[in-house]
Amino acid sequence: MLVFLAKRALAGLILLAAASTGTFFLAHLAISDPTQALLGTAATPEQSAALAAKLGLDRPLLVQYWDWARGAVQGDLGTSWRNERPVGELLSLRVPVTLSVVGFAVLIAGVFGTIVGLIGGLNPGSVFDRIVQGITVILFALPGFWLSLLLILWFAIWLRWFPAVGYVRFGDDPIGWLRSISLPSVSLSLGAIVMVGEQLRNQVIAVSKMDYVRTLRSRGLPARHVRLHILRNAAPAALTVLAIMFASLLSGAVVVEAIFSLPGLGELTQSSAQIGDIPALLGITVVSVFFVVLIYILLDMAIGWINPKVRVH
Amino acid sequence: MTSRIASRRPTRAHRFFRHPVGLAASAVFGLILLVALFAPWLAPKDPNFVDLLMAKAPPGDGYLLGGDPTGRDILSRLIYGARTTLFGAAITIVTAILMGVPSGILAGYFGRGSDRALSWVSDAIQAVPGMIILLVVAAGTRSNFALIMVTVGFIMAPGYFRIARSTTMALRGEDYITAARVAGLTHLRVLRTHILPGIIAPIIIQTALAAGLSMGIQAGLQFLGIGDSNTPSWGAMMAEGFRFMLTDPWLLFWPSAALGVTIAALALIGSTLAEIMRMPAARARAQAPVRALPAAASPEGHFVSTPEAAAARVENLRVAYRGEGGEKQVIHGISFDVAPGEVLGIVGESGSGKSQTVFSLLDLLPHNGRCEADGIWVHGRRIDNLAPKDRARLLGSELGYVPQEPMSNLDPSFTIGFQLTEPLRVVHGMRRSAAREKARAVLARVGIADVDRVMQAYPHEVSGGMAQRVLIAGAILAEPSVLLADEPTTALDVTVQAEVLELLRELQADTGMSLVLVTHNFGVVADICDRVIVVRDGEIVESGAVEAIFSNARHPYTRELIAAAVDTETLRRDLDLQAGAHPRDHQIIELAEVTK
Repeated sequence: MLVFLAKRALAGLILLAAASTGTFFLAHLAISDPTQALLGTAATPEQSAALAAKLGLDRPLLVQYWDWARGAVQGDLGTSWRNERPVGELLSLRVPVTLSVVGFAVLIAGVFGTIVGLIGGLNPGSVFDRIVQGITVILFALPGFWLSLLLILWFAIWLRWFPAVGYVRFGDDPIGWLRSISLPSVSLSLGAIVMVGEQLRNQVIAVSKMDYVRTLRSRGLPARHVRLHILRNAAPAALTVLAIMFASLLSGAVVVEAIFSLPGLGELTQSSAQIGDIPALLGITVVSVFFVVLIYILLDMAIGWINPKVRVH
Repeated sequence: MTSRIASRRPTRAHRFFRHPVGLAASAVFGLILLVALFAPWLAPKDPNFVDLLMAKAPPGDGYLLGGDPTGRDILSRLIYGARTTLFGAAITIVTAILMGVPSGILAGYFGRGSDRALSWVSDAIQAVPGMIILLVVAAGTRSNFALIMVTVGFIMAPGYFRIARSTTMALRGEDYITAARVAGLTHLRVLRTHILPGIIAPIIIQTALAAGLSMGIQAGLQFLGIGDSNTPSWGAMMAEGFRFMLTDPWLLFWPSAALGVTIAALALIGSTLAEIMRMPAARARAQAPVRALPAAASPEGHFVSTPEAAAARVENLRVAYRGEGGEKQVIHGISFDVAPGEVLGIVGESGSGKSQTVFSLLDLLPHNGRCEADGIWVHGRRIDNLAPKDRARLLGSELGYVPQEPMSNLDPSFTIGFQLTEPLRVVHGMRRSAAREKARAVLARVGIADVDRVMQAYPHEVSGGMAQRVLIAGAILAEPSVLLADEPTTALDVTVQAEVLELLRELQADTGMSLVLVTHNFGVVADICDRVIVVRDGEIVESGAVEAIFSNARHPYTRELIAAAVDTETLRRDLDLQAGAHPRDHQIIELAEVTK
């Protein structure tokens, strides 16, 4: 188990290094003169040069990279070019917001995806199953922010159940926190629910046809116990989808965060990209990939627990 | 092969347009496409023409859907927005196909190094947060629309790569492609004539999905304010509408509806195509009226006991399966009974309906199967008219079942100990410790030496022979009065076969239960059965006491089966004599049995 964890952690570190290196050079390639974005078009060449010297942009790119990488390894993600605050500090303000929303969305997707997938998979071809299949096709394709707008109109403006925009910190008001992340989480989770549900449904159908399910029935085991056997064997595929959803929402919730005015990673990504704040962008990349790696390790451990055949000794 | 595909394609297109959902969705999408193409002729106004008096105006005055916050015609902007949306999606799709499909075919066709390298690149692209790349590109190129959409295509390329790769791999494995290569066709020719036609359909389905996703991303970026403000776009209109949502909800409604309808239409086109690809021509779902299944011969002559006295009795059993071409009857009236303590063999080749007979008795036919009978009795009690729940109550304690394949019949996710004790606890209300004791005792009884290890082991950690013993243990745990064994030795090594048969015979003798043994092997019948029925194509061709059948088989099919068994026996004995039953020879013997 420890060897397995060490191996996965190493692979994760390599991915982390590769992704941040890629982003570093891509960002410098795309934003060829960061001082222009930072100072605006009215800046004189002297001002630009002064800023470049201050930020260290006048040095060769590889030296800049080495500098950044050395700091990053020691846990120092540098200073934001925009407001000269440490990137780590910026991130520590933003990460909880995004994690709350995405974590809640994944939780909703897990619970409802399991219910929908189980009901559909155990009764394929039923009316419920066919309705869900139809909804699935469309919900899967519609973008999350489109659904957000729908939810805001309905639940925040007409019904006034939830606040339309804004974020309340958990420490300030737990109920308010839950209310503030409800609508964004739900709108992000709808697509994930149908993906998890669809995956689980197909797996449940496949597992139900397995010989061992018939043999379990032949022992007189009641249906609800047989269902637990089916669910356990069908779960890994749905869990994988859930992990993928977590990973993609972590950095992909930009528009939804903008709609709900949530001060999360997405908002930071957008504003940093606009102003060419490369250290902040790199910090976001590091944090996102870190969580993705972490989630995949947790996923492998969960699947290993569920299915002993893939368990690593 | 090409001609086969070519002749099939029009039927697929035909079926797609006859599908109501497919037709409606493609009509909607076709309309949007036409609007986009002919936007300059269709739009009533210049989309950027500003009439300040018309700002947020209600419909009317030549502004059919009213004016936007700066006084431009909403309808015209919607029409031009369709053009932008489709143009962007087209760029994305072309980029993603150009990047993903050829590389996917390459990786799938040649495999090995190229596959590993390309797959790694594909995985790496997927690991990088796509939105960060998009926003950086947007910032760096001052929102160059075409370049942004190319980047979206780059992010979507792994999706195409994976589909092209897996489809090519599947096609590459087909016999006719190997044959084409052997026949001297060049790789290029094989790719063009055999691979390419096969991957077109999955690529089209993927494109319907990817186009929708790309439109969503595009609108999202425009919503964030990325893009040229002079180019009308649905996303930007949505952002504007969002700002005035409280006072003028229609501003938000129109572009949202346009985007939603377009994406939904694409999704439905994709799913209909996928459904048609999956389903063969005949609609399996067509509900044929459930008809009574006809019976063949009269059931007389195969019974030895009265219904009251028999341990189990099946009268005139018919089984049918729903399939692609409608319902197909596989058993045409089988009747038999088994006396208490008797060993009955049901013999026939695979596909003759032996296993279906067992499943019908257990009420465990697959979903698409159904059975009818003039009557099924267990210990004088008629059970075929019981509710499924009451039928299930017979399982375990009255009827036990030993399956054929040991490995696929144990749940891979639970320990053997759990699988054995669960029914004892759940069905028979035993305490955990008592259930464990009982399971251990039965495991020891079926000849497992290392009971402690096996109880804690997962199915993949034990051998096939041991797994079969575990399954026998599971079947007799609740002490059934009739044990149904479906080819219990077929999947095992020859030496283990004999041991397992011996075990079944012992258990039967010890407990006095009835044993119904399904097999294709008359050798097994000779070893252990009292009486036998011979089944071919779902009908009984002969039945009687084992000695009588062996000495005087009347039906040619029976004689054939006996001859086959005797051949194997002689062969086996000869080989055993020659090689002293060396393990390797079992493979030869098994090979001989398979080839036979």
